[in-house]
Amino acid sequence: MGTKLRTYEEINEKIKKGQVVVVTAEEVVDLVREKGVERVAREVDVVTTGTFGIMCSSGAFLNIGHTKPRMKIHEAYLNGVMAYAGLAAVDLYIGATQPAKDDPLNKVHPGEFRYGGGHVIQDLVAGKDVLLEAYAYGTDCYPRKKLVTWINIRDLNEAYLFNPRNAYQNYNVAVNLSDKTIYTYLGVLLPRMGNAGYSSAGQLSPLLNDPYYRVIGIGTKIFLGGGIGYVAWQGTQHNPAVERTERGIPKGGAGTIAVIGDLKGMSPHWLWGVSIRGYGCSLALGLGIPIPILDEETLYYCSVSDEEILAPVVDYSHAYPYGTGEILGYVSYAELRSGKITIGGKEVPTSPMSSYSKAREVALTLKKWIQEGKFTLTQPVAQLPGVESGVRFKNLVERPVEASVIIGR
Amino acid sequence: MMNNNGSKKVVLRFPQEVADRPIVCELALRFGLRFNILRASISPHREGIMVMELIGNRDKQEEGLEFLREKGVFVEPLSQDIRMVEERCYHCGTCVGLCPTGALSMERPSFLVRYDPAKCIACELCVLACPTHAMEALL
Ligand code: SF4
Ligand code: SF4
Repeated sequence: MGTKLRTYEEINEKIKKGQVVVVTAEEVVDLVREKGVERVAREVDVVTTGTFGIMCSSGAFLNIGHTKPRMKIHEAYLNGVMAYAGLAAVDLYIGATQPAKDDPLNKVHPGEFRYGGGHVIQDLVAGKDVLLEAYAYGTDCYPRKKLVTWINIRDLNEAYLFNPRNAYQNYNVAVNLSDKTIYTYLGVLLPRMGNAGYSSAGQLSPLLNDPYYRVIGIGTKIFLGGGIGYVAWQGTQHNPAVERTERGIPKGGAGTIAVIGDLKGMSPHWLWGVSIRGYGCSLALGLGIPIPILDEETLYYCSVSDEEILAPVVDYSHAYPYGTGEILGYVSYAELRSGKITIGGKEVPTSPMSSYSKAREVALTLKKWIQEGKFTLTQPVAQLPGVESGVRFKNLVERPVEASVIIGR
Repeated sequence: MMNNNGSKKVVLRFPQEVADRPIVCELALRFGLRFNILRASISPHREGIMVMELIGNRDKQEEGLEFLREKGVFVEPLSQDIRMVEERCYHCGTCVGLCPTGALSMERPSFLVRYDPAKCIACELCVLACPTHAMEALL
């Protein structure tokens, strides 16, 4: 299994010559069933993965350029959505889940969350003018205190997406055991297991095709929002040491990646502001990672199918919010994608939050880019923490605080 | 004498316990009403759903509907039309698992979501759940 088949340099050479053989993580499943791992590993140079879904923990850094007179922005709003300004003078970070300042939130439950940070990012990428309102306290070197102007992505010095946590390696399936409808980030969940929400591209999902992070690492070049991005770091809550199946697939949320990419090269076709009823705003995006077939083992992991990927079913009316850790059972992505699953003898219709058709489109687009010589592969500069790294996701242990030192609300 | 006749569209939901009993025909026998069944289906939750146009005396219509309510049927007016704004849909399918009638369905193997207005009973669950506001209720 361990014999080297090809190097990054050799693959890139083939890309330049237009001789590279690329298949998607979906296509490779049948190919391996037909021909076996050994043969396909010799024939295929690259397998492309893809996912498209709501990815919280996303946002964008913007540098708007200096004003005259200069201003050190202290508080900023983009189309009425607060952007974080505590960085420097004119650097802002717009987070995907920040709702508009005047949003009624969940005061009338379930709230609509019609416009938020994700929508601002979508409008910027679409080339629309965005209203900036900014305030400052004024300093000797930055005297200006107020700024109201239209901005446009083409005029910004920098605009780049920096998402601290994307592309979750597997995730929960959410059901509702209570007697009333609940509104979660995995969708509207009808009472008494009326439906089941889930969100993973399964066999197409990047980290499920490289379960031990053997090839995807820091510096890997990726498809991000229709443009080019890179894996910047392990994502927040990266949790490699979870229970895995025989072929190494985590049986629940595990690895994550932080990604970065130039917003100016992205497209609104791949970045969508979303409103999750009763929960909040966010950003849905397309992300795809090419996997170089360096050896047979890499190909073996890429050939995983939806039947072999299991997700835990969790009650989001109680077990999830109160963190009891109770799991109602496991279902495969093949069952989830069939439209219904069976839990405790009950047939439950499934409600996917991520788009399988668009995940497929990401993988096919990346495949085309590589075949046309527009996208070459990069070798990671450092690895993501693996199973043996000791990195573990921890919950917060709260410690008592004396009333006299409390400075918040 | 004033003509008090007219028609009214209603959505009837039959919980599993009442779904098998022939109570709808009582509307004709007991209350002299005519009716057209516009759509009927069994939801994934084993609940029967029927969209019906009631024709006849308005007072009798109310009595007939009250009779159904007493038998355990949920009666709601059919008030709105639902439309899908296709360019806003990214085909996640969260609405498909909620739709009680199959008006929204996932086409395979394309995994594109399709909307068939003829099966819609305007329950608005999709309007509530769609993250991109692709499903709209028209007043
Ligand atoms: S309103 Fe939406 S969820 Fe309800 S029946 Fe019509 S299409 Fe289905
Ligand atoms: S929930 Fe909205 S975006 Fe998702 S498939 Fe239904 S209509 Fe399309």
